[in-house]
Amino acid sequence: MTDTLLTIEGLTKAYPGVVANDDVSFTIAEGEVHALLGENGAGKSTLVKMIYGLVKPDSGRMTLRGTAFAPNEPRAARAAGVAMVFQHFSLFNALNVAENVALGMENPPAMRDLAARIREVSETYGLPLDPYRTVGELSAGERQRVEIIRCLLQDPRLLIMDEPTSVLTPQEVDILFETLRKLTGEGVAILYISHKLEEIRALCDQATILRHGRNVGTCVPSQTTAREMAEMMVGSAFQPPERAARALGDVALEITSLSAKSPSEFGTSLKDISLTVRAGEILGLGGVAGNGQDELLAALSGELRSAAGTIQLKGKPVGRLGPGARRRLGLLTAPEERLGHAAAPEMSLTENAILTAAQREGLVRNGFLNWNKARGFAEAIIERFDVRTPGPATVARALSGGNLQKFVIGREVMQRPEVLVVNQPTWGVDASAAAAIRQALLDLAANGAAVLVISQDLDELMEISDRFGALNEGRLSDIRPTRRLSVEEIGLMMGGAHGMEVAHV
Amino acid sequence: MIKLEKRPQPSRLWTVLAPLLAVLLTMVVGGALFWFLGANPFEAIRTIFWDPLFDPQFAPFSRPQLLVKAGPLILIAIGLSIGFRAGIWNIGAEGQYIMGAICGAGAGLALYPSDSVLVFPLMILCGALGGWAWAMIPAILKTRFGTNEILVSLMLVYVAENILASMSSGLLRNPEGMGFPGSRNFKQWEAAHNAELIPNTGMHWGVVFAFICVIGVYVMLTRHIQGFNIRLTGDAPKAARFAGVSPARVVFLCLGLAGALAGLAGLFEVSGPAGQITIDFNSGYGFTAIIVAFLGRLNPIGILLAGLLMALTYIGGELAQLMLGVPGASIQLFQGMLLFFLLGVDVFTNFRIRLTKPELA
Repeated sequence: MTDTLLTIEGLTKAYPGVVANDDVSFTIAEGEVHALLGENGAGKSTLVKMIYGLVKPDSGRMTLRGTAFAPNEPRAARAAGVAMVFQHFSLFNALNVAENVALGMENPPAMRDLAARIREVSETYGLPLDPYRTVGELSAGERQRVEIIRCLLQDPRLLIMDEPTSVLTPQEVDILFETLRKLTGEGVAILYISHKLEEIRALCDQATILRHGRNVGTCVPSQTTAREMAEMMVGSAFQPPERAARALGDVALEITSLSAKSPSEFGTSLKDISLTVRAGEILGLGGVAGNGQDELLAALSGELRSAAGTIQLKGKPVGRLGPGARRRLGLLTAPEERLGHAAAPEMSLTENAILTAAQREGLVRNGFLNWNKARGFAEAIIERFDVRTPGPATVARALSGGNLQKFVIGREVMQRPEVLVVNQPTWGVDASAAAAIRQALLDLAANGAAVLVISQDLDELMEISDRFGALNEGRLSDIRPTRRLSVEEIGLMMGGAHGMEVAHV
Repeated sequence: MIKLEKRPQPSRLWTVLAPLLAVLLTMVVGGALFWFLGANPFEAIRTIFWDPLFDPQFAPFSRPQLLVKAGPLILIAIGLSIGFRAGIWNIGAEGQYIMGAICGAGAGLALYPSDSVLVFPLMILCGALGGWAWAMIPAILKTRFGTNEILVSLMLVYVAENILASMSSGLLRNPEGMGFPGSRNFKQWEAAHNAELIPNTGMHWGVVFAFICVIGVYVMLTRHIQGFNIRLTGDAPKAARFAGVSPARVVFLCLGLAGALAGLAGLFEVSGPAGQITIDFNSGYGFTAIIVAFLGRLNPIGILLAGLLMALTYIGGELAQLMLGVPGASIQLFQGMLLFFLLGVDVFTNFRIRLTKPELA
């Protein structure tokens, strides 16, 4: 168990304008679960891409079991026993599980033999999966199992997992951890990338922490507090958001039996959703990705129309209205996908400010744009939300994900919405920016707005929301006050573990 | 090793430089082409770019032709550029141009030989409507059934050409024309003639409309919410829908405007420089305008300059055929090269070249 599997010495990789990895060194022992921790942009992805042969380091060297290891393509890495499960799955929705697995193999065996192998591996490691089911019908957790089994069929010595739990319910996380422990028992090492500190404390033997591309420390997670690790990641003590006590007002947003067909073929249709949000309240909606979050946001933004009475804004039916009319009435939204949906990539921040604020901020008069006013509004967002950018003339795609997210959320918050709906407000945003965004949402509610937060980050929802509900296959669970909820209850609300035995409470 | 690297921001310098460099490359490679054809390359380039404007022998005739040719090119290209900005690829301006000419001329001829001052304005209106209606076909098919507007609009060009052939030898044929195909000549009917406004300048109503459109579209794209919505749709259709822009409306607006402007260009051409509806009065302006739109960076001011440049290659090309005996196809090749090099050089607007050492495997 203590033999060294992989040694990394002085790996450096620079991209124009940014050093992604700067002289990173650490070792992974056989059978060890090694965590790679860091904020977004700290260089985790670049580092694992170098190990997996997708990116070549500028300098530095790696050794795998004592021999030099410099894969120039993923195939070479796989041949050496390195496998990787990506955060974004590369599966074909229209094919079944076995076909998808076969596509990733050099010499796939006959389909029947492969199916038998898949069954065998999935049972050995506690990952039940029917090889003949179509991937399009699988939940995110099940899709991840396809990816894991695809890796396990190669008998890897090192398994790299990139934020594997971001798409899982708590129960599914437990199952995944069981599987990973079984694997380490057989001597497989796991390089585990995450920024969920509690998970790392529960699972990992060693942790390497990256900040701005440098290795800033190693620790044994079980003997380190989450707060200490967070401070190593961020480099300073950081402030958790404060919530002020607030009085609830009248019902601001009411959804009654909303059903809507998803516009995309593999999307999730909304089924009979009802909820209310009062002024001054934050309602959190959790759920695994792909369970109707995007469709619910589209139904509220006006991109997806429904019967008039199904959505009411302060008693006024708005279901048939388009996005512009709803904004005028005070219903503002911020979708999950920043670049291409919430913002236009090739347009400047000033133009992106016009995108949703044209009416409410009076940036348009008789159809003509008031560029000075628009620039002023963009500057105000940049200033108040600490968006790091040379100025409002910068195009949106030149901003980092976190900064663009601050801009997108800021743009809506600064229009003083009556009701604000956000989907994944802090997805891919570093810890300090995430804290700032959450604080802005709390402040907005404290000033009397109704806020609906859709998120896959349960910690976030527990932190800011007054009441909690979960989306599961387009349906909404009961909505309960957040304070009295346990993790098990949340897991059950999210729909348990999709076809697995669930620990019934 | 040479590597292309995406720029964080599109380069402003290259946006301006690319068309100039493309023109230069076209001159070099085009010169070589003429050399292979047995002409003196320097003389050929001079004949195309210099003589039409400054040669004492040719300029008096050629100079007015510059506006005559540039007018329709600019008018059509301006319309097309709006659609191209929104990601709507109308390739069928030639058909809309023909239909505008037929409808406008037809409306006029129905009133022959009236000398009312309203005849010409009516023809203008019907010309615009004809082009607009022809462009509505791909628009309706696209929004209703999701058909591809590139194919539909292009195929409609050939339909329009056949209608033109039928019209010039049938319905619109000059009853006093002794059975020859072709309509009455508008040059001989003052009320309907799109005459030269200032003698020896080539300036006619079509050129005036083209200049007005350059200004109007410039204002729309930079100052008006409609232009903003069009640019937004072109950059990120999903963001446009989120902003509240109806995709179908943008399709109708862009195709409709392009069709109407192409139709206007057709009407002004047929009632002015061409003079009458004939089987082949159209001379490919609708296709050349695509080059003009891109050469002008889809920017109204750029299109104005590009239209003048392209008009120059037309006139200079004719002159080169006449004086140097180079084949007509070589001139078309020359014009095509311009677009080819522009698209090639355009890479540097969004990318830069980096020389790297070969990486060790």
